Amino acid sequence: MIALLKRDMALAVRAGGGFGLGLAFFLIVVTLVPFGIGPESDLLSRVAAGVLWIGALLACLLSLDRIFALDWEDGTLDLLATSPLPLEGAVTVKALAHWLTTALPLVLVSPALGLLLNLPAGGYLWVPVSLALGTPALSVIGTFGAALTVGLKRGGLLLSLLVLPLYVPTLIFGAEVARRGVDGLELQAPLLMLAGISFGTLALLPFASAAVLRVNLR
Amino acid sequence: MELVVRDLGVARGGVPVLDGVGFALAPGRALVLRGPNGVGKTTLLRTVAGLQPALAGTISGGGERIAYAGHSDGLKAMLSVRENLTFWAQVFGQSDIAPAIQGFGLTGLEDRMAGTLSAGQKRRLGLARLGVTGRPVWVLDEPTVSLDTASVALFAQAVRQHLASGGSALMATHIDLGLDEAEVLDLTPFRAKPRAAVQDEAFL
Repeated sequence: MIALLKRDMALAVRAGGGFGLGLAFFLIVVTLVPFGIGPESDLLSRVAAGVLWIGALLACLLSLDRIFALDWEDGTLDLLATSPLPLEGAVTVKALAHWLTTALPLVLVSPALGLLLNLPAGGYLWVPVSLALGTPALSVIGTFGAALTVGLKRGGLLLSLLVLPLYVPTLIFGAEVARRGVDGLELQAPLLMLAGISFGTLALLPFASAAVLRVNLR
Repeated sequence: MELVVRDLGVARGGVPVLDGVGFALAPGRALVLRGPNGVGKTTLLRTVAGLQPALAGTISGGGERIAYAGHSDGLKAMLSVRENLTFWAQVFGQSDIAPAIQGFGLTGLEDRMAGTLSAGQKRRLGLARLGVTGRPVWVLDEPTVSLDTASVALFAQAVRQHLASGGSALMATHIDLGLDEAEVLDLTPFRAKPRAAVQDEAFL
């Protein structure tokens, strides 16, 4: 499993791996927002936390179809399915690799992008914290969507349509944590819900992803 | 332990293609599947490898003992030959990749990116992967595609060595590898009969 994680990380940072694509997309979305809604700093600071969350969510979505598509095309997925690695484990490792290469950079860069949106002081802690807690759910749910659409031509758009509605609870509670953090309000309830969503999906969805992969490999 | 297949029926895309296939593959032996295109060789091999369920019949002695090599080699273009092989060795819990590199004439190419190899070299690398699985039953689908005569001889040698060490091989190939240990099974007589009912439904 560690070998698979190391291989996926190595592939992501080599040419054509798409590392940094999500990061650049996040940066562009966040810089476009002030152009779109105007430069009033009051308005910007009110929407900053939500914009950062939506930007991070869309950036996560961008690289989902690569999770299985490339391994499917070159036959790696067939070989992995016949290897001693349990497919559930392989799926979890792939979700982890996606999180490490796509979501974690977004978490780390979010305070810097908060500056561009005039994020209020409380947000510099709670936006990254809520993203760090919520993005694992985005990766795991996305891996499930990628497993569902593997092998389909032009599966990327279908993948987005399938996955975005499933992202709604994570977005609601993640953005709520960030917003309450900004306003300095009590945030234990949404924080626990967000953690619950992340751990729940992490515990259950790999089994579903492995099952649909097996069906898709037939 | 031998691989025993009894009364196997397989389907491709929901349509039965083979029915009643049976054979036994003892350690040290090889079985070559023959038959025209579309008869179901690949489907049979994928079923034996456990990638798809059988329609009918039983397979025993397969599962975790099988190393499968299909039409595609499962190579990553942006990883070197050594990295590709090391990855698969680690997945299968092995550590020594040197014999596989030598056995398939890949010496000197270890640090080349797999994407820069020729088609034949890629195929040899894909086959070398079998050597690092440590599994006794090789299930090979058209292993000699894009190999030149010398590479086919290398491959036959590797299969012979594998058989001599107590392994076995089940392969679909049109080339005669000159293996004394090989039996040939023609799949044409096992073709599933077209079911009239299926066609009727399609017309409704």
